Amino acid sequence: MTTDLRPATGTGPPPPAPPGARPGLRARLARIDLRVTPYLFISPFYAVFILFGLFPLLYTLWVSLHDWGLASGTREWAGLENYRYLLTDGDFWHATVNTIGIFVLATVPQLVLALFIANTLARRMRGSTLFRIGMVAPLVTSTAAVAIVFTQMFDRDYGMINWVLGLVGSGDIDWQASRGWSWVAIAMMVDWRWTGYNALIYLAAMQAIPRDLYEAAAIDGASRIRQFWQITVPMLQPTIIFTVIIATIGGLQLFTEPVLFGVGTTNRMDGGAVHQFQTITMYMYDNAFTNDRYGYGATVAWALFLMIIVFSLVNFLFVRRTGGTK
Amino acid sequence: MRTAAAIVMAGVMAAASACGGGDDGEGGSGPIELTVDVFGEFGYDQLYKQYEASHPNIKIRQRKVSTLDDFKPRLQQWIATNSGAGDVVALEEGLLPTYMQQRGKFVNLFDHGGRELQNNYLPWKWQMGLSPDGSQLVGLGTDIGPLGMCYRKDLFEKAGLPTERDEVGKLWPTWDAFLQTGQKFQGKVPGTKWLDGPTAILRATVLQNAGNGPGYSYFDKSNNLVFDSNPSVKTAFDTALKFSQAKMTADMSIFTPPWQTALKRDTFATLPCPSWMLGGIEEFSGGYGKGKWDVATVPGGGGYWGGSWLAVPKQSKHPKEAAELAKFLSSPQGQVGAFKDKNTFPSSPQAAKDPAVADSKNAYFSDAPTGKIFGDMAAQVKPVYLGPKNEEVRLAAENVLIAVGQGKIKPEEAWSKAVEEVKKAAR
Repeated sequence: MTTDLRPATGTGPPPPAPPGARPGLRARLARIDLRVTPYLFISPFYAVFILFGLFPLLYTLWVSLHDWGLASGTREWAGLENYRYLLTDGDFWHATVNTIGIFVLATVPQLVLALFIANTLARRMRGSTLFRIGMVAPLVTSTAAVAIVFTQMFDRDYGMINWVLGLVGSGDIDWQASRGWSWVAIAMMVDWRWTGYNALIYLAAMQAIPRDLYEAAAIDGASRIRQFWQITVPMLQPTIIFTVIIATIGGLQLFTEPVLFGVGTTNRMDGGAVHQFQTITMYMYDNAFTNDRYGYGATVAWALFLMIIVFSLVNFLFVRRTGGTK
Repeated sequence: MRTAAAIVMAGVMAAASACGGGDDGEGGSGPIELTVDVFGEFGYDQLYKQYEASHPNIKIRQRKVSTLDDFKPRLQQWIATNSGAGDVVALEEGLLPTYMQQRGKFVNLFDHGGRELQNNYLPWKWQMGLSPDGSQLVGLGTDIGPLGMCYRKDLFEKAGLPTERDEVGKLWPTWDAFLQTGQKFQGKVPGTKWLDGPTAILRATVLQNAGNGPGYSYFDKSNNLVFDSNPSVKTAFDTALKFSQAKMTADMSIFTPPWQTALKRDTFATLPCPSWMLGGIEEFSGGYGKGKWDVATVPGGGGYWGGSWLAVPKQSKHPKEAAELAKFLSSPQGQVGAFKDKNTFPSSPQAAKDPAVADSKNAYFSDAPTGKIFGDMAAQVKPVYLGPKNEEVRLAAENVLIAVGQGKIKPEEAWSKAVEEVKKAAR
């Protein structure tokens, strides 16, 4: 669109004035129109961003500099006190370790699995549309239903998984009590919900790979597995990097699944009795709304924000290194 | 992205509900809709119908969440943002002190004829609903939770224990005796734990010990944290700890989904039972538990747990009508009605003397004379002062006991860990 308009902005001849009109005003209006209109067209995004992105960000920063309580109604200037406390706050770093642990446990199998599912779906097969639609079914399932099913599966006393383990003869696992097992259980919930989503992205990217590459490889006698590793995966590299970044941002904000998993605990935001699966966002919520430390909750939110920026930058550098953005 | 979607959803829902509230009309023109926010079982359904029948211009909508821990953050957001709260909100005993600090956000019920109601309530219940200087009536008392001990008659029979409630009560004059009985029980019925979890027992014993002792628990009356220096707290904690250490609890917390499932099986045999708990047991164990449960006296003498107040947030569009409704629901006759429905025991002496309460028997609980059991207990109740951060401290202490039961904290380290966690929670 811009290329069509460029001649009019000065280099080309001015648009011919229709007869009967004052040419000066028309031309000026047209010039204003050309200068201003693009900004008007993109303004909705910025208006929405300022309202729902920038303002909450700055407001959160303002709150984080206060000793602020919603229930008690206190609101006192605290300066950087909350940030100083955050650096020495063992519970915050514990939650950070939990978050990264669950993120790694969830993301790696999720993306690998998604890749293989997409590869399978990319072949000609019967009912492929049905299977493709099935991929998004977990995403549209109501979270309440997810919670009920998964808590019943991972229940210590009457859970399905422990029942199966009992059949095989191994002992019960107390999924909620153990730090490692609770991470595994939550990672499985995350994978269940998001693997299909990533698989669809991969599938879309796979269909953009030229068919003749595969035909040439087949003629040369390359097996399907070899085609997958030497054609599909390299061609998908930018897409894989995109999903890694999206998964990083989502993983650092992990909230719904661990909260649903903690449905049997006294305070669901605690992530278990010794905070074994409390993530950063849960810690933020717990401070802001359960423990009446709204100011400190805002501080945690900002710490998370900075952390996401750092992680995204690391990813960006990684992407440049591997040549994914060429 | 997920969070953004959630925020948008929340916004849409808020907008939708705001529109719903907007077309209520002014004053006498058209029906007025009053929203009542409660948690758990208040037993008001029949009372709403009654009130609507006698007040044709009023329509009542109840919003109920099952647990207090779900209710608390919602209420906090409503009050902090001055929007969203119902016209009448229930304030549990742990929440009341928190909102006493922000009493400016609630209607002074003295302005709506609250002053004449004083004699309708037990003196301490009335007193706790007042601001410290006595100038504002923030909440009108609803129920109180005098303690009993619920037990599974059928399982007791299996273990060769007496099943008759008077004799069962004699089994446990003290908590130590209760523990020994439990050990006997678990020896005979190995698949079943003695108690549901450490949380109920901690709450019951803290209030019991504090009531018989200094009259405050985690915080003294000037709101200083005295968790580690108040002997009543230590005694209660040690009592609860013994049960966790001996693996005599199923490590569950009341009203959570695993606890609800457990009620439909033989997971545990006893449960410290404030009167309102009877409604919960009946609701969650349903047909399975009918005739299997009974109520005896609680070890260690008196005690209570829970109880609420009704308050009217200033943000209500119809404060006058809301205050009238709150007065009705908490009136002696309202309290009798709630008791009939869900066993919430009245804080009104008149209601407690009403034959509908005093002579009542609970069919679900093997015809236990609940009116008498809880009435006797209510007469002995000594109130306990709770600080504004009581709930946070309670949750932190309970978590430590649960972790002991799960083997994540050593019993001998439990107390020092609890002190550490509690200090963080009260920060």
